[in-house]
Amino acid sequence: MFYREAGDFKTSYQDDNQTFPIKFDRYRYYAVLFAAFAVIPFLVNDYWVNAIFLPFLIYSIAAIGLNILVGYCGQVSLGTGGFMAVGAYAVYKLMTAFPDVSFAIHVVLAGGVTAIVGVMFGLPSLRIKGFYLAVATLAAQFFLVWLFNRVPWFYNYSASGQINAPVRTVFGVEVTGPTAEPWAVYLFCLVFLTLCAIIARNLTRGSVGRKWMAIRDMDIAAEIIGVNPLTAKLSAFAVSSFFVGISGALFFGVYLGAVEVGEAFGINKSFLVLFMIIIGGLGSIFGSFAGAAFLVLLPVLLKNVLVSGLGWPTDLAAHLEFMIVGGLIVTFLILEPHGLAQLWRVAKEKLRLWPFPH
Amino acid sequence: MTLAEDMGYTTADGRKIGGVVMEMKNITLRFGGVVAIKDISFDIREGEIRAIIGPNGAGKSSMLNVISGFYVPQDGEVLFHGKKRPQMKPFEVAQQGIARTFQNIALFEGMSVLDNVMTGRLTHMNSSIWSQALWKGKAEREEVENREICERIIDFLEIQSIRKTPVARLPYGLKKRVELARALASEPKLLLLDEPMAGMNVEEKEDMSRFILDVNDEFGTTIALIEHDMGVVMDLSDRVVVMDYGKKIGDGTPDEVRNNQAVIDAYLGVSHD
Repeated sequence: MFYREAGDFKTSYQDDNQTFPIKFDRYRYYAVLFAAFAVIPFLVNDYWVNAIFLPFLIYSIAAIGLNILVGYCGQVSLGTGGFMAVGAYAVYKLMTAFPDVSFAIHVVLAGGVTAIVGVMFGLPSLRIKGFYLAVATLAAQFFLVWLFNRVPWFYNYSASGQINAPVRTVFGVEVTGPTAEPWAVYLFCLVFLTLCAIIARNLTRGSVGRKWMAIRDMDIAAEIIGVNPLTAKLSAFAVSSFFVGISGALFFGVYLGAVEVGEAFGINKSFLVLFMIIIGGLGSIFGSFAGAAFLVLLPVLLKNVLVSGLGWPTDLAAHLEFMIVGGLIVTFLILEPHGLAQLWRVAKEKLRLWPFPH
Repeated sequence: MTLAEDMGYTTADGRKIGGVVMEMKNITLRFGGVVAIKDISFDIREGEIRAIIGPNGAGKSSMLNVISGFYVPQDGEVLFHGKKRPQMKPFEVAQQGIARTFQNIALFEGMSVLDNVMTGRLTHMNSSIWSQALWKGKAEREEVENREICERIIDFLEIQSIRKTPVARLPYGLKKRVELARALASEPKLLLLDEPMAGMNVEEKEDMSRFILDVNDEFGTTIALIEHDMGVVMDLSDRVVVMDYGKKIGDGTPDEVRNNQAVIDAYLGVSHD
């Protein structure tokens, strides 16, 4: 009834090219932005920020990054954890070396460093595809974790081998360290997520995005219509790693505060982010959000239901939680292989006709 | 021979054909011990429709792949606008203004019709990644300008109603048309069509033939095509190259080729007694 494009005429190609061409979608988007920026910061407490919002925001950035590489450009990567570690260690070195510079600048620079590393590990993609490329990126994962474990320079020769985020501020407000206010860290990550999502959307609707998708769908045809595979693939690796690096920097600096590389950025992290984009929907920005929300919220929800609701012992609940999440992922992939984003699309198609059947 | 001396010719229906756009000189292409193309020379002139025909396995598609830079011949030269073309990657050939369609449709299935046609404009779009990330300035302007060009092509090929449909949902005949649209969107100097009518019924063939003639007529595009339907070839083309077992056995107007004994032998066989 209210969700349709009828009567919403576009008179210029600019109007037709916008991210939310349907009016209802556009207002919904503004409403979500308003709630995220102006309402939630006043309501959140420590538990909500640390258990739900921070992981959701940070994993969303990582998922958007990986989705650009896997979903848009078709290059499978299992090195996400390793690239997040690059972001984390880059931001740590920058924080300790230049304590007076704003932390926001450090995060962006850490993304840049990760982009360079990502391009280097993306070079094999020019010769190999599919599973073989996945194995090559797996090598990146193990190599990077090994590197940060073994070379003391990266963790400033600390005795424990861990890295700890010192207190840093942005515009005079603490965003890292144990004393940072929940609303401040929430807003800080939200700003990064919003910017990353907008940039990702802009890139994927323009000519860069079309080059990536052309390579994904049929690389030989892409080359014959004039796409240089070298620049297309490496730019996907660069942009993707940039986002993943930012998420790694925030994960370490803002969320965890102290990191042991093998634990925080191991192969599990790579799989987790990959699951997020597969469940959310490959080749969809919305899918990155949906997948991150699904895998962050579901365990929290299950824990609340099982432990607080049904009063089960914590250890039993923890094990059941794994089984239920795993089972749900399998069921879900069988029922809807194209992910949550596809469900969302189908729902919108239905809404367009509602309340009429045809 | 320079372009100034060689003014071309006039076709039977009165179209002026210009100088040589592309010249193949003594091309030989081998795959290991198999000789796919043996010492073939021919030229394609500005504004003409040039057909390449021959029985299966004659090397026609290989020839098209040589022109589009996908195969590198062991011997011979490819001259584009009178200049010897150095060894190039396929995407560099595309940037020179050579577009093609494929025998088996090679569209980007995950994208909409409009996005597929827009990929044809990629060689003309050069805004920086920074400008695109912000979607301001050149990126936005360029997107709209190229959209207008694509919409003209979409209009021309009568596929307006499916512009936002994902390509994977389209029937075969329309996919062929979208592929032609994508090739045309790049405003090619030379358009290569690899069996544009394969697998179509009579009506679809008529539609496609009309589009090919219209493209040639309205945009003045030079076209080289491979086709098995002799009726179509004889009606559409100005000059025909005939290949058999990698060798050129005939070259000339449709009438000349039709009466060429070697061509008749290749198609109908030779009696052995």
